Amino acid sequence: MLDAYPESRLARALLWSFGSLVLAFLILPTLIVVPISFSGSDMLEFPPRSFSLRWYSSFFGSADWMAALRTSLVLAGLTAVVSVPAAFLACIAIDRQGGRLARAIYAFAVIPSVVPGILLAIGLFFVLARLRLLGTLGGVLLGHAVLAIPVAVIVLYPAVRRFDWVQLQAARSLGAGWGRAIVGIMLPQMVLSLVSAALMAFLSSLDEAVISIFVSSGANTTLPKLMFISLRDQIDPTIAAISTLWTGLIVAVVLLFAARQRA
Amino acid sequence: MTAMTATVNAAGLRRDAAAERRFFLSLSLPSLAVVGIGAILPLFWILQQSLTTARGDFTVVNYTALLTNGLTWRSLLVTLELSGGTLVCCLLLGIPLAFLLASTSPRTASRLMVLVLLPLWTSILVRTYGWLVLLRRDGLINDLLVGSGLVSEPVPLVYNFTGTLIGMVHYMLPIFVLPTYAAMRDIDGNVIRAAASMGASLWHCFRTVILPLAFGGIVSGSVIVFVYTLGFFITPAILGGGRISPIAIRIDRTLSTLQDWGGAAALGILLLLIVAILGVTTLGATRLIRSKPGAD
Repeated sequence: MLDAYPESRLARALLWSFGSLVLAFLILPTLIVVPISFSGSDMLEFPPRSFSLRWYSSFFGSADWMAALRTSLVLAGLTAVVSVPAAFLACIAIDRQGGRLARAIYAFAVIPSVVPGILLAIGLFFVLARLRLLGTLGGVLLGHAVLAIPVAVIVLYPAVRRFDWVQLQAARSLGAGWGRAIVGIMLPQMVLSLVSAALMAFLSSLDEAVISIFVSSGANTTLPKLMFISLRDQIDPTIAAISTLWTGLIVAVVLLFAARQRA
Repeated sequence: MTAMTATVNAAGLRRDAAAERRFFLSLSLPSLAVVGIGAILPLFWILQQSLTTARGDFTVVNYTALLTNGLTWRSLLVTLELSGGTLVCCLLLGIPLAFLLASTSPRTASRLMVLVLLPLWTSILVRTYGWLVLLRRDGLINDLLVGSGLVSEPVPLVYNFTGTLIGMVHYMLPIFVLPTYAAMRDIDGNVIRAAASMGASLWHCFRTVILPLAFGGIVSGSVIVFVYTLGFFITPAILGGGRISPIAIRIDRTLSTLQDWGGAAALGILLLLIVAILGVTTLGATRLIRSKPGAD
């Protein structure tokens, strides 16, 4: 882009140094937790004077943390299972319908992504109390599915739009029902989009905190809620261990995905 | 006879087409049901709650109490200060970063992009914890500041406005950089070569060619940053340490300490209105600017 300015070395050096500082700002908070998580001391010291795995054992050895981890993983899986098929069907409806009604359906489905989380949280708190679902896994699942559906619709809609419907008409003319035609012809061509939608839905649920803080409790307390509570009270290095594991998981997923796409 | 068969067939085909449309339309029902029960119903309930007394009668007392309370205006001001401050920081940090990404080779850009995307994918609680560790009184940043002799004693960087702002900028910066970078990358290199050949300095070219051409991306990023941060809860709750109360925090406090559902609901409607008004006007303004010939 700047090949027309070969002589402006100074400007380029300035741009690079400023840009590197901004990148450092972006990456630093994620990196700092790694050495802290291996610290042997109760104090948050940097650099740590002694190393140990005690914060990892305090995480894996705690019944509360393990229950929260299990809840969050189950919830994230269920969120993906519920929201991706629902969003996929909605995308088909939007694409086939067309016009103003289709735009209305799309807008309705993505509303939760523009409403502040705190509003969904307190509103859902009351609705779930009325339905006697407060503190149940199903209740939190409803909240997480509401947030995951917009994500899945936004990921899937372009893929559904690109799909060539003549193929389905051919399958139909050969006697396949709509269900068979969609599952047999359409689904296999959309595996990559469906997998990325499922992954995004999974991660959005795993990371969701505001709704969980208000509507999850007891045995169904999620990991982010427990992290939030313990962050508000003290800076426990156990959180550093969880953060390191979490970031490791994200890096692994991103690398795996990048490798898959290149293959 | 054939004419009659044709009308019967046409009617049948129409019926089939209508049935097919209904079938496709019905596929949207699961999503609409989940969003309806999980998001729209709760919002309607908040609206209703804000307009009724504990006994269920209609009232506007929640709103009058809200608007005459100085705390409401103060938290409204803090909310706007935080969102505005986040936007300014994102512009100052994000535009140069996007320009750097756009001006390097695609290979380098995609590598640097990983550093932008990693925080985007990291849990907000992990990132908030990282800032807590960095910004504490005896944290790394204060150690560096004191050690280098820039300040004589640790600066309060967290559990206040500064800490909240840093956390929010860190959260929004990747989201701002993505559309800005996309807009800059799409600029035709020949336009810049033309500017250079006519003697424009790099700075002049940046100001008069690159920035205007990337304007659409910068505006989309800005709208997202400003509107999205209005409802932030986690970052001010942890990095604000109870001293910073934007509207989202006030809602929580009105509920948890005062148990005042009507007041919290009215605050919620106020927040929703601000988000809606700012969202719609900024989007409308963007459209207007973009539809002007020669502006995009």
